[in-house]
Amino acid sequence: MTLDPSTFLAIVAMAAATALTRIAGLVLIRFVAIGPQQRRALEAIPPAVLMAVIAPTALATGPAETLATLATAIAATRLPLLWAVAIGVFVVAMGRAMIGG
Amino acid sequence: MDVKRVDILDEFIGGVRAMAPLTVAVVPIGLVFGAVAASKGLSSLEATMMSALVFAGGSQFVAMDIWMHPASWGALAFSALLVNIRHVLMGASIGTRMPSFSGPAKYAAMLLLADEIWAMAELRAGQTRLTPAWYAGLAIPFYCVWVLTSLVGSLVGAFLGNPKAIGLDFAFPAVFTVLVASFWKGRETGAVLAASAAAAVLVHQFLPGVWYIAAGATAGAVATLVTGAGQEACA
Repeated sequence: MTLDPSTFLAIVAMAAATALTRIAGLVLIRFVAIGPQQRRALEAIPPAVLMAVIAPTALATGPAETLATLATAIAATRLPLLWAVAIGVFVVAMGRAMIGG
Repeated sequence: MDVKRVDILDEFIGGVRAMAPLTVAVVPIGLVFGAVAASKGLSSLEATMMSALVFAGGSQFVAMDIWMHPASWGALAFSALLVNIRHVLMGASIGTRMPSFSGPAKYAAMLLLADEIWAMAELRAGQTRLTPAWYAGLAIPFYCVWVLTSLVGSLVGAFLGNPKAIGLDFAFPAVFTVLVASFWKGRETGAVLAASAAAAVLVHQFLPGVWYIAAGATAGAVATLVTGAGQEACA
Protein backbone atom coordinates (compact mmCIF):
# COMPACT_ATOMS: atom_id res chain seq x y z
CA MET A 1 0.00 0.00 0.00
CA THR A 2 2.07 2.91 -1.24
CA LEU A 3 1.00 6.38 -2.34
CA ASP A 4 3.28 8.06 -4.84
CA PRO A 5 3.10 11.89 -4.59
CA SER A 6 2.80 12.43 -8.36
CA THR A 7 0.11 9.74 -8.57
CA PHE A 8 -1.76 11.37 -5.71
CA LEU A 9 -1.55 14.76 -7.42
CA ALA A 10 -2.82 13.23 -10.68
CA ILE A 11 -5.76 11.57 -8.93
CA VAL A 12 -6.74 14.81 -7.19
CA ALA A 13 -6.45 16.74 -10.49
CA MET A 14 -8.65 14.18 -12.26
CA ALA A 15 -11.16 14.34 -9.40
CA ALA A 16 -11.26 18.15 -9.56
CA ALA A 17 -11.75 18.17 -13.35
CA THR A 18 -14.52 15.59 -13.05
CA ALA A 19 -16.26 17.45 -10.20
CA LEU A 20 -16.19 20.57 -12.37
CA THR A 21 -18.07 18.77 -15.16
CA ARG A 22 -20.60 17.47 -12.63
CA ILE A 23 -21.37 20.91 -11.18
CA ALA A 24 -21.22 22.91 -14.43
CA GLY A 25 -24.62 21.72 -15.67
CA LEU A 26 -26.40 23.09 -12.58
CA VAL A 27 -24.55 26.39 -12.86
CA LEU A 28 -25.42 26.57 -16.56
CA ILE A 29 -29.19 26.26 -16.05
CA ARG A 30 -29.11 29.03 -13.41
CA PHE A 31 -27.91 31.51 -16.01
CA VAL A 32 -29.55 30.29 -19.21
CA ALA A 33 -33.32 30.60 -19.53
CA ILE A 34 -35.01 27.35 -20.57
CA GLY A 35 -37.75 27.92 -23.18
CA PRO A 36 -39.79 25.19 -24.93
CA GLN A 37 -37.19 24.76 -27.67
CA GLN A 38 -34.31 24.52 -25.17
CA ARG A 39 -36.39 22.06 -23.15
CA ARG A 40 -36.92 19.85 -26.21
CA ALA A 41 -33.18 19.94 -26.88
CA LEU A 42 -32.36 19.11 -23.24
CA GLU A 43 -34.86 16.24 -23.24
CA ALA A 44 -33.16 14.80 -26.30
CA ILE A 45 -29.79 14.67 -24.51
CA PRO A 46 -30.40 11.53 -22.38
CA PRO A 47 -31.26 9.18 -25.27
CA ALA A 48 -28.68 10.92 -27.51
CA VAL A 49 -25.83 10.42 -25.02
CA LEU A 50 -26.77 6.78 -24.46
CA MET A 51 -27.05 6.17 -28.21
CA ALA A 52 -23.66 7.84 -28.77
CA VAL A 53 -22.03 5.66 -26.10
CA ILE A 54 -23.28 2.43 -27.68
CA ALA A 55 -23.14 3.41 -31.37
CA PRO A 56 -19.47 2.50 -32.03
CA THR A 57 -19.97 -0.86 -30.28
CA ALA A 58 -23.35 -1.50 -31.89
CA LEU A 59 -22.59 -0.38 -35.44
CA ALA A 60 -18.84 -0.35 -36.04
CA THR A 61 -17.24 -3.16 -34.02
CA GLY A 62 -18.35 -6.43 -35.55
CA PRO A 63 -21.36 -8.57 -36.53
CA ALA A 64 -21.50 -10.21 -33.07
CA GLU A 65 -21.92 -6.84 -31.34
CA THR A 66 -24.47 -5.56 -33.89
CA LEU A 67 -26.50 -8.75 -33.58
CA ALA A 68 -26.34 -8.66 -29.78
CA THR A 69 -27.44 -5.02 -29.64
CA LEU A 70 -30.40 -5.85 -31.86
CA ALA A 71 -31.30 -8.86 -29.72
CA THR A 72 -31.07 -6.73 -26.56
CA ALA A 73 -33.29 -4.01 -28.03
CA ILE A 74 -35.94 -6.52 -29.09
CA ALA A 75 -35.76 -8.30 -25.72
CA ALA A 76 -36.11 -4.92 -23.95
CA THR A 77 -39.58 -4.43 -25.44
CA ARG A 78 -40.98 -7.45 -23.59
CA LEU A 79 -38.56 -8.54 -20.82
CA PRO A 80 -37.18 -6.88 -17.64
CA LEU A 81 -33.79 -5.16 -17.83
CA LEU A 82 -31.65 -7.93 -16.35
CA TRP A 83 -33.05 -10.55 -18.75
CA ALA A 84 -32.53 -8.33 -21.76
CA VAL A 85 -28.92 -7.69 -20.66
CA ALA A 86 -28.32 -11.41 -20.07
CA ILE A 87 -29.61 -12.16 -23.56
CA GLY A 88 -27.30 -9.50 -25.01
CA VAL A 89 -24.25 -10.89 -23.20
CA PHE A 90 -25.16 -14.44 -24.25
CA VAL A 91 -25.64 -13.47 -27.91
CA VAL A 92 -22.35 -11.56 -28.05
CA ALA A 93 -20.41 -14.44 -26.47
CA MET A 94 -21.98 -16.97 -28.87
CA GLY A 95 -21.51 -14.64 -31.83
CA ARG A 96 -17.83 -14.10 -31.07
CA ALA A 97 -17.30 -17.82 -30.59
CA MET A 98 -18.98 -18.66 -33.89
CA ILE A 99 -18.03 -15.82 -36.22
CA GLY A 100 -15.03 -14.45 -34.36
CA GLY A 101 -14.69 -10.86 -33.30
CA MET B 1 -42.49 11.89 11.92
CA ASP B 2 -42.46 8.10 11.89
CA VAL B 3 -44.63 8.07 8.82
CA LYS B 4 -42.23 10.42 7.08
CA ARG B 5 -39.23 8.32 8.02
CA VAL B 6 -40.91 5.21 6.57
CA ASP B 7 -41.59 7.15 3.38
CA ILE B 8 -37.96 8.12 3.08
CA LEU B 9 -36.81 4.56 3.71
CA ASP B 10 -39.30 3.25 1.13
CA GLU B 11 -38.02 5.74 -1.41
CA PHE B 12 -34.41 4.80 -0.66
CA ILE B 13 -35.13 1.09 -1.04
CA GLY B 14 -37.05 1.80 -4.24
CA GLY B 15 -33.93 3.45 -5.64
CA VAL B 16 -31.72 0.56 -4.52
CA ARG B 17 -34.10 -1.92 -6.22
CA ALA B 18 -34.32 0.01 -9.46
CA MET B 19 -30.54 0.27 -9.59
CA ALA B 20 -29.82 -3.35 -8.60
CA PRO B 21 -29.27 -4.70 -12.15
CA LEU B 22 -26.83 -1.89 -12.90
CA THR B 23 -25.10 -2.27 -9.56
CA VAL B 24 -24.57 -5.96 -10.41
CA ALA B 25 -23.39 -5.05 -13.92
CA VAL B 26 -20.72 -2.69 -12.56
CA VAL B 27 -19.01 -5.47 -10.57
CA PRO B 28 -16.99 -6.89 -13.48
CA ILE B 29 -16.14 -3.36 -14.69
CA GLY B 30 -14.76 -2.38 -11.27
CA LEU B 31 -12.77 -5.61 -11.05
CA VAL B 32 -11.31 -5.02 -14.50
CA PHE B 33 -10.44 -1.42 -13.63
CA GLY B 34 -8.60 -2.52 -10.48
CA ALA B 35 -6.75 -5.21 -12.41
CA VAL B 36 -5.73 -2.82 -15.20
CA ALA B 37 -4.57 -0.24 -12.63
CA ALA B 38 -2.45 -2.86 -10.88
CA SER B 39 -0.90 -3.86 -14.21
CA LYS B 40 0.04 -0.19 -14.74
CA GLY B 41 1.91 -0.14 -11.44
CA LEU B 42 -0.69 1.59 -9.25
CA SER B 43 -0.86 0.31 -5.69
CA SER B 44 -4.19 -0.95 -4.34
CA LEU B 45 -4.46 2.24 -2.28
CA GLU B 46 -3.94 4.39 -5.38
CA ALA B 47 -6.41 2.44 -7.53
CA THR B 48 -9.07 2.51 -4.82
CA MET B 49 -8.48 6.19 -4.15
CA MET B 50 -8.94 6.99 -7.83
CA SER B 51 -12.27 5.14 -7.91
CA ALA B 52 -13.40 6.85 -4.70
CA LEU B 53 -12.43 10.41 -5.71
CA VAL B 54 -12.97 10.38 -9.48
CA PHE B 55 -15.86 7.87 -9.65
CA ALA B 56 -16.12 8.05 -13.45
CA GLY B 57 -15.25 4.74 -15.09
CA GLY B 58 -14.74 5.98 -18.65
CA SER B 59 -12.20 8.61 -17.65
CA GLN B 60 -10.44 6.19 -15.30
CA PHE B 61 -9.96 3.68 -18.12
CA VAL B 62 -8.71 6.43 -20.43
CA ALA B 63 -6.28 7.51 -17.67
CA MET B 64 -4.93 3.95 -17.48
CA ASP B 65 -4.47 4.05 -21.25
CA ILE B 66 -2.20 7.12 -21.06
CA TRP B 67 -0.63 6.38 -17.65
CA MET B 68 3.11 7.02 -17.20
CA HIS B 69 5.48 7.08 -14.24
CA PRO B 70 5.68 9.64 -12.81
CA ALA B 71 2.05 10.55 -13.55
CA SER B 72 1.50 13.72 -15.58
CA TRP B 73 -1.33 15.45 -13.73
CA GLY B 74 -2.03 18.06 -16.42
CA ALA B 75 -2.60 15.52 -19.20
CA LEU B 76 -4.67 13.30 -16.93
CA ALA B 77 -6.87 16.16 -15.69
CA PHE B 78 -7.41 17.38 -19.26
CA SER B 79 -8.38 13.94 -20.52
CA ALA B 80 -10.75 13.50 -17.55
CA LEU B 81 -12.32 16.86 -18.44
CA LEU B 82 -12.88 15.76 -22.05
CA VAL B 83 -14.20 12.31 -21.23
CA ASN B 84 -16.57 13.71 -18.63
CA ILE B 85 -17.74 16.81 -20.50
CA ARG B 86 -20.99 14.94 -21.10
CA HIS B 87 -21.75 15.46 -17.38
CA VAL B 88 -22.40 19.14 -18.17
CA LEU B 89 -25.27 18.22 -20.49
CA MET B 90 -26.51 15.49 -18.19
CA GLY B 91 -26.46 17.85 -15.19
CA ALA B 92 -28.24 20.59 -17.13
CA SER B 93 -30.92 18.08 -18.12
CA ILE B 94 -31.56 16.39 -14.76
CA GLY B 95 -31.03 19.67 -12.87
CA THR B 96 -34.32 21.01 -14.26
CA ARG B 97 -36.15 17.94 -12.94
CA MET B 98 -35.19 18.07 -9.26
CA PRO B 99 -37.83 20.35 -7.68
CA SER B 100 -37.86 18.35 -4.42
CA PHE B 101 -34.10 18.83 -3.86
CA SER B 102 -32.76 21.71 -1.76
CA GLY B 103 -29.91 23.73 -3.29
CA PRO B 104 -27.11 21.93 -1.41
CA ALA B 105 -28.79 18.54 -1.96
CA LYS B 106 -28.77 19.22 -5.71
CA TYR B 107 -25.04 19.89 -5.70
CA ALA B 108 -24.35 16.89 -3.47
CA ALA B 109 -26.38 14.70 -5.84
CA MET B 110 -24.42 16.03 -8.83
CA LEU B 111 -21.10 15.04 -7.26
CA LEU B 112 -22.31 11.42 -7.54
CA LEU B 113 -23.46 11.82 -11.13
CA ALA B 114 -22.58 8.81 -13.31
CA ASP B 115 -24.07 7.64 -16.61
CA GLU B 116 -26.07 4.83 -15.03
CA ILE B 117 -27.29 6.84 -12.02
CA TRP B 118 -28.26 9.73 -14.23
CA ALA B 119 -30.13 7.53 -16.70
CA MET B 120 -32.18 5.92 -13.93
CA ALA B 121 -32.87 9.33 -12.37
CA GLU B 122 -34.08 10.71 -15.73
CA LEU B 123 -36.33 7.71 -16.17
CA ARG B 124 -37.79 8.19 -12.68
CA ALA B 125 -38.29 11.93 -13.17
CA GLY B 126 -40.25 11.15 -16.36
CA GLN B 127 -42.59 8.83 -14.47
CA THR B 128 -43.01 10.46 -11.06
CA ARG B 129 -41.39 12.85 -8.59
CA LEU B 130 -37.65 12.21 -8.18
CA THR B 131 -36.81 12.50 -4.47
CA PRO B 132 -33.41 12.87 -2.77
CA ALA B 133 -33.96 9.56 -0.93
CA TRP B 134 -34.65 7.69 -4.17
CA TYR B 135 -31.58 9.25 -5.76
CA ALA B 136 -29.48 8.25 -2.72
CA GLY B 137 -30.78 4.71 -3.17
CA LEU B 138 -29.45 4.77 -6.74
CA ALA B 139 -26.13 6.36 -6.00
CA ILE B 140 -24.82 5.04 -2.68
CA PRO B 141 -24.75 1.26 -3.33
CA PHE B 142 -23.47 1.84 -6.86
CA TYR B 143 -20.66 4.06 -5.55
CA CYS B 144 -19.70 1.58 -2.80
CA VAL B 145 -19.66 -1.36 -5.23
CA TRP B 146 -17.49 0.60 -7.68
CA VAL B 147 -14.92 1.47 -5.00
CA LEU B 148 -14.91 -1.99 -3.41
CA THR B 149 -14.62 -3.91 -6.69
CA SER B 150 -11.76 -1.61 -7.76
CA LEU B 151 -9.95 -2.58 -4.56
CA VAL B 152 -10.63 -6.28 -5.04
CA GLY B 153 -9.63 -6.09 -8.70
CA SER B 154 -6.31 -4.44 -7.86
CA LEU B 155 -5.59 -7.14 -5.27
CA VAL B 156 -6.50 -10.17 -7.38
CA GLY B 157 -5.83 -8.59 -10.80
CA ALA B 158 -3.65 -11.28 -12.22
CA PHE B 159 -6.16 -14.04 -11.46
CA LEU B 160 -9.02 -12.48 -13.44
CA GLY B 161 -9.50 -13.93 -16.88
CA ASN B 162 -10.31 -11.93 -19.97
CA PRO B 163 -13.86 -10.52 -19.51
CA LYS B 164 -14.22 -10.36 -23.30
CA ALA B 165 -14.12 -14.14 -23.60
CA ILE B 166 -17.45 -14.53 -21.78
CA GLY B 167 -19.06 -11.42 -23.25
CA LEU B 168 -19.11 -9.49 -19.95
CA ASP B 169 -17.66 -6.40 -21.59
CA PHE B 170 -20.99 -6.20 -23.43
CA ALA B 171 -22.98 -5.83 -20.18
CA PHE B 172 -22.88 -2.03 -20.24
CA PRO B 173 -23.67 -1.50 -23.93
CA ALA B 174 -26.57 -3.90 -23.32
CA VAL B 175 -27.80 -1.91 -20.31
CA PHE B 176 -27.60 1.29 -22.32
CA THR B 177 -29.51 -0.33 -25.20
CA VAL B 178 -32.35 -1.20 -22.82
CA LEU B 179 -32.33 2.34 -21.44
CA VAL B 180 -32.40 3.87 -24.93
CA ALA B 181 -35.46 1.74 -25.70
CA SER B 182 -37.14 3.06 -22.53
CA PHE B 183 -36.71 6.68 -23.71
CA TRP B 184 -38.63 5.98 -26.92
CA LYS B 185 -41.47 8.49 -27.45
CA GLY B 186 -42.12 8.17 -31.18
CA ARG B 187 -40.71 9.56 -34.37
CA GLU B 188 -38.98 12.53 -32.82
CA THR B 189 -36.93 10.13 -30.67
CA GLY B 190 -36.09 8.22 -33.85
CA ALA B 191 -34.65 11.37 -35.41
CA VAL B 192 -32.64 12.10 -32.25
CA LEU B 193 -31.24 8.56 -32.12
CA ALA B 194 -30.39 8.46 -35.82
CA ALA B 195 -28.58 11.81 -35.65
CA SER B 196 -26.71 10.79 -32.51
CA ALA B 197 -25.68 7.37 -33.84
CA ALA B 198 -24.49 8.79 -37.18
CA ALA B 199 -22.46 11.57 -35.54
CA ALA B 200 -20.99 9.25 -32.93
CA VAL B 201 -19.86 6.58 -35.42
CA LEU B 202 -18.41 9.20 -37.76
CA VAL B 203 -16.49 11.06 -35.06
CA HIS B 204 -15.38 7.79 -33.48
CA GLN B 205 -13.78 6.77 -36.80
CA PHE B 206 -11.82 9.97 -37.27
CA LEU B 207 -11.06 11.45 -33.84
CA PRO B 208 -9.26 9.74 -30.98
CA GLY B 209 -10.64 9.76 -27.45
CA VAL B 210 -14.23 10.27 -26.50
CA TRP B 211 -15.28 13.23 -28.63
CA TYR B 212 -17.83 10.92 -30.20
CA ILE B 213 -20.03 11.08 -27.09
CA ALA B 214 -20.13 14.88 -27.13
CA ALA B 215 -20.75 14.77 -30.90
CA GLY B 216 -23.67 12.35 -30.53
CA ALA B 217 -25.23 14.39 -27.71
CA THR B 218 -24.92 17.60 -29.70
CA ALA B 219 -26.29 16.01 -32.89
CA GLY B 220 -29.28 14.63 -30.96
CA ALA B 221 -30.05 18.03 -29.42
CA VAL B 222 -29.67 19.79 -32.79
CA ALA B 223 -32.04 17.25 -34.36
CA THR B 224 -34.83 18.48 -32.06
CA LEU B 225 -34.31 22.02 -33.35
CA VAL B 226 -34.84 20.75 -36.89
CA THR B 227 -37.86 18.56 -36.09
CA GLY B 228 -39.21 21.29 -33.76
CA ALA B 229 -38.96 23.89 -36.52
CA GLY B 230 -40.82 21.45 -38.81
CA GLN B 231 -43.63 21.08 -36.24
CA GLU B 232 -43.95 24.83 -35.86
CA ALA B 233 -44.06 25.29 -39.63
CA CYS B 234 -46.89 22.74 -39.85
CA ALA B 235 -48.82 24.40 -37.00
